[in-house]
Amino acid sequence: MAARRCLGLWFFLITLCVVSTGADVLHTTPVTGTESSAAGTETVVARELPEAPSDPGEHTAAEPTREGEQNDRTRGGEQTLGQPTREEEQEQEKTREGEQTPAQPTREEEEEEEEQEQTRGEEEFTREEEEEELTREEEELTTEEEELTREEEEQTREEEELTTEEEELTTEEEELTREEEEQTREEEEEQQTTAQQEEQTKRWEATELEEEHVHDAAVPPLAGDPPAADPPSPPPSKDDFQEELVIRPLHSGDIYASFQFRTVWDADFMGDQKVSHYRLFPKSLGQVITKFSVRELHISFTQGYWRTMQWGQPYLPSPPGAELWVWFQDTVTDVDGTWKELTNVLSGIFCASLNFIDSTNTVQPSASFKPLGIGNVTDHSFLRYATLPREIVCTENLTPWKKLLPCGSKAGLSVLLKSEKLFHSTFHSQAVHVRPVCQDPQCRTTSMELRQTLNVVFDLHTSGQGKREWSLFKMFSRTLTEACPLASSSKVYVDVTDNPQGEQFELSPATPLLTQAVVLGDRRTYSVYDLTQQASFGSSRSLNMLLRWKAADGEMLRPLLHSERYVAGYGLQAGEIHTLIYNHHPYRAFPVLLLSAVPWYLRLYIHTLTVSSKGKDNRPSYIHYQPSKDRERPHLLEMLLQLPPNSVTEVTVEFERALLKWTEYTPDPNHGFYVGSSVISALVPSVVAMDTNSTLDRPLFSSFFPCKEEASYFMRVYTEPLLVNLPTPDFSMPYNVICLTCTVVAVGYGSLYNLLTRTFQVDEPSPGLAKRIANVIRRFRGVPLL
Amino acid sequence: MGLLSDPNRRRALIGMLTRLNAPICMICYMAGVAWFMGLAFEPFTLRTYMSENAMGSTMVEERFPAGERALATGREFAAHKKKTGGMPVDWLVRTMQARGLEVYTQRFSRKLPFPDEDKERYMVKGTNVYGILRAPRAPRTEALVLSAPCSPGNENNQAVGILLGLAQYFRSQIYWAKDIIFLVNEHDLIGMQAWLEGYHHTNTTGMDWSPLQGRGGSIQAALSLELSSDVVTSLDLVLEGLNGQLPNLDLANLFYAFCQKIGVLCTTQGKLPRNDWDTTSGYSHAVQTMMLMVLKQASSRPWGDHGLFLRYHIEAASIKGVNSFRPYKTDATTVGRLLEGMYRKLNNLLERLHQSYFFYLMPSLTRFVSIGYYMPAFGLLALILLLRALDLWVQLSSPPTRTTEDACPPLCPLSAPQPASPGVLSILTPLVISHLTGVALYTLPVLSQELAVEHFPVSETEAVVLTAIAIYTAGLALPHNTHRLLAGEGTEQGWKVLKLVAVLYLAVLLGCTALINFSLVFPERGLLVGVNDPGLTLLFAVFFFQELQETPVTLQEGWMLYLSVISQGILDHALYGSLLYPLAALLVYPCWLLFWNILFWK
Repeated sequence: MAARRCLGLWFFLITLCVVSTGADVLHTTPVTGTESSAAGTETVVARELPEAPSDPGEHTAAEPTREGEQNDRTRGGEQTLGQPTREEEQEQEKTREGEQTPAQPTREEEEEEEEQEQTRGEEEFTREEEEEELTREEEELTTEEEELTREEEEQTREEEELTTEEEELTTEEEELTREEEEQTREEEEEQQTTAQQEEQTKRWEATELEEEHVHDAAVPPLAGDPPAADPPSPPPSKDDFQEELVIRPLHSGDIYASFQFRTVWDADFMGDQKVSHYRLFPKSLGQVITKFSVRELHISFTQGYWRTMQWGQPYLPSPPGAELWVWFQDTVTDVDGTWKELTNVLSGIFCASLNFIDSTNTVQPSASFKPLGIGNVTDHSFLRYATLPREIVCTENLTPWKKLLPCGSKAGLSVLLKSEKLFHSTFHSQAVHVRPVCQDPQCRTTSMELRQTLNVVFDLHTSGQGKREWSLFKMFSRTLTEACPLASSSKVYVDVTDNPQGEQFELSPATPLLTQAVVLGDRRTYSVYDLTQQASFGSSRSLNMLLRWKAADGEMLRPLLHSERYVAGYGLQAGEIHTLIYNHHPYRAFPVLLLSAVPWYLRLYIHTLTVSSKGKDNRPSYIHYQPSKDRERPHLLEMLLQLPPNSVTEVTVEFERALLKWTEYTPDPNHGFYVGSSVISALVPSVVAMDTNSTLDRPLFSSFFPCKEEASYFMRVYTEPLLVNLPTPDFSMPYNVICLTCTVVAVGYGSLYNLLTRTFQVDEPSPGLAKRIANVIRRFRGVPLL
Repeated sequence: MGLLSDPNRRRALIGMLTRLNAPICMICYMAGVAWFMGLAFEPFTLRTYMSENAMGSTMVEERFPAGERALATGREFAAHKKKTGGMPVDWLVRTMQARGLEVYTQRFSRKLPFPDEDKERYMVKGTNVYGILRAPRAPRTEALVLSAPCSPGNENNQAVGILLGLAQYFRSQIYWAKDIIFLVNEHDLIGMQAWLEGYHHTNTTGMDWSPLQGRGGSIQAALSLELSSDVVTSLDLVLEGLNGQLPNLDLANLFYAFCQKIGVLCTTQGKLPRNDWDTTSGYSHAVQTMMLMVLKQASSRPWGDHGLFLRYHIEAASIKGVNSFRPYKTDATTVGRLLEGMYRKLNNLLERLHQSYFFYLMPSLTRFVSIGYYMPAFGLLALILLLRALDLWVQLSSPPTRTTEDACPPLCPLSAPQPASPGVLSILTPLVISHLTGVALYTLPVLSQELAVEHFPVSETEAVVLTAIAIYTAGLALPHNTHRLLAGEGTEQGWKVLKLVAVLYLAVLLGCTALINFSLVFPERGLLVGVNDPGLTLLFAVFFFQELQETPVTLQEGWMLYLSVISQGILDHALYGSLLYPLAALLVYPCWLLFWNILFWK
């Protein structure tokens, strides 16, 4: 697996290199960092891997027997494959393990189990060669060594934490909590170690065990979740459901709540036999996936724009409006037709206007959207991406979304999802992600993972009451009383990283459980409330966390990467789209992929495309441009840019506004026409790697080399959508115009036709009666007529 | 067509037109003027009404409570302004941040082409401060702007106070669908120009500004607030923007509707609406209001900070607080509530304001004259020019035809080939010369200011204005010179051809101007009536304007005002891109010189 993962990463790197002109990217991308992240679980990178290693599901972690087997098997398999590069890499990893182990503890029990299982595995797999076993044993030795150092460190850490908590507690409670902690020490240790182990595994280990963390961390909110800890034995059913809520007090005084519901089902949707018995997995989605041969499906509905400058980075970014991207199976022959049908069906399922997705707003990104699940699909002809920036998200979208949950809105965390409060917020985003994950570490079969997320930000100022405090009740007008009975894990996390001494805010009830995770390149600490434990609810039988701010509003943030987009110019003929991408990193450059899909009615003048940073021309190393066709397909522009440190990169392109046919205007043409958000996908140097003197909580020898495992992480940033006015006729005029033009045509054409066809002849004036008589007489007389 | 293709009837028609040319022209002229003056007569005008449905039926309830606190903030602002001796940038940033806005600043600098003596500025440097209230659950695609200028002295402190008070109040509301930008601009129009150029990333006037860091999407509407007293007796609505552009009439309707609802006295052009339209004084009041609007529009300059928004197709108006000696006063809370109501209505907009009229004249705040009503007045006046041209054309072309038919005088064979050859030449020379004079009038004053200052004891501004007047006057001497150049070719035919060209030139010029800025036609129309000098027209307009504003000036003051109007015109062109000065110098003045030429043909 590790090899496969490496391969995946190499592929990504190679694509980067190919698209960039060779070496410059290699220089600037943290090669060592990414390599190591391949070895460890540099999670967010893995998200972007084309052959991103799968999530094997929770069972593997919970099943030590299998795990051991598979460890052995994979290792054996890899080595028997005998590709030198892989072996080398493995060796590298091992050496790295050796280097870094002291800093990173692993879980004792599991390790012991592992050992047992490994021996068992060895017995079972006798055909494996002795050499391999030898190497394995060596490795174990090293891990045991680590073990010791780690234990020591762990103890010291715990002591530290104890002391910090002591400070927080009043003297009366102090004794109690201590006792509690003594009692729960075992548990806590477990928690702690799993968390730490997770981190550490993220960094270095290449065994199967960490595979699962790849994805846990890949979607950050789960990163803090120690998945192996909760179900001590493998669940009897083949499907599993987890729920969690992360609460992050934001810098600006606002509060960010992120729900995640995850259902994993070991059913093979892609196989021949039909899946017909559904338990936790929603049937409506399952059928859609089967019918349309969907490999991956990502759909998000967002109301509002994420304010990076005030709130930092979101756990799951999404653009305003609706976004849908789907990877189809390679067995699909008519991708466009299937896509069309799929959007219509999804439109019905989610009560959204997804049926407005057609060829004019669908693109096939070549580099920006890689599968997040397993599978090494690289042919982007099976990918479809579309956004509807105009889509309004409201209750009618929330209800069907909630219906997909096993517990509906009856129990568990989902009781908090009441629309009257959710839509009284500053930002609301809900999403559904379906992807295949590995069922077992060898990935012989796949499971389907359904991840439902809901992110919401509540605004301090509009909450009205004037007090600077938040509680679950104030946010959702509900409190938590129980976990969803169907869930194997149900937790609430509160981000307390910025609040080690309680100087920013005060959190009550205090929880003894803390966990750490590296999220978006930053090491975060979370307080954990486990809803499956009755103790979490206390005597009142309901959990209502209260968070009282002490500090005043913060200044605006300077996130490492953020962007801005606007339309420049005036008048209704031409204009210019400016995209500004800020790199606030003080000394590191990093690459970003910029994708913008612009509707055809803005005619981009691609020759005017300029990219400049710091006043100099910044030549993109890769450009993929697909020109638009009127009324058929949009412009697609993808660029790989290198952002110099501490700079603003400005991408400008001029456009002309097309004059639409009069039936093509929307019912409110003077509102303007939307251009969907640009997508910036980036490998951002992490904050952890940024502090060069991070000797505070680490041994000196662990922090000498500046490139650490989490040296960079993957991030996606969406820019603002644009509202562009097109030249619009006065629609009250058609009647007048028709009347007027008809009149003009009738009069003008009539008289012109008259002039053209008339034969002119000199008209002899008809003589008078006297003259006529005189002429008659003259004719008789034979004299000339008058 | 049928009429014209019949030679007999055509001949009859032309004959009639040439014979009755003068009376028809007189009738047209009288009818045009009468029509125009009739526009101010109430039964002939329409009542204003709200066209935009999104702003119409649903009345909002205004709850803004904090007028006194806003005034206190205004006083604090004044104190800080005095302390820093300009814009208190830091204080504003802090205050806006405390109110929960995203705050950004923009620095700008501009060197004027010559010192502005009215406002005493030459090298302008300043900072704009603006805070964005981000609408909840909105994707930053639309925005509204509320601006207040940071004026020197004790002006507009209350406006800034109310702006900040409204920001605080608006921030705690959930219903916003559009971002609201609260802008405090320094150096009034120059700051506003810098901000707008920065926002739209254009540079039309060569100003230096630092790029904006935060934006709110496309701006749908803007209001500019000017308030210098704690209480007001009435609020005045200013609509006239750059180049005579006007905001959509619905914005005026909205203001009027809320004034009525809240019970605030409201005016336009500083004139209260009256009900006695059937009396002479009531009618003359309406005429005065309308003429003021016409003159302000014709001046092509922005009459408030809102004026520059119009270029970017953003509907904008200025609201000025007036504190006179009337007994009934309105406090700041009421003004705040009025603005709150207007912003909530604008917030409801689904589309840009487009339903109502963009071209209109207002004889009072409740009455308007749409383009369909005032254009016939212009049409009648333009018809005179065409009739005169037709007459001249017939006169020029008929003698040859008559020679073939009638017994020709011996002179005819000689004169028949004549119209062509000296005609073209005699036209071309004055045309070129007068246009060159126009170019000189356009370029020389600013270019030669240093030279003038060196040689004459005048300031730069005076130098520019006096140079302009000098060139203008020098142009009057041209006819004699052109005559000498043409060596006495002042034939009958020659001046007719020249007049024909000049008349057509004027007709085209007026037609184009009417489409851009209708009000500008009427001063230009002065050219039509005999020999009316553009300079004299301007002088007359200045006096007339002062008269209408009920602040009559003496001759001396008038002259000074006249000079400053010229310098302001040139400055407006350089700073904001006003088109009046180039139009007058490059087109109107040469056109008038042609007529001057004709007058001195022999």
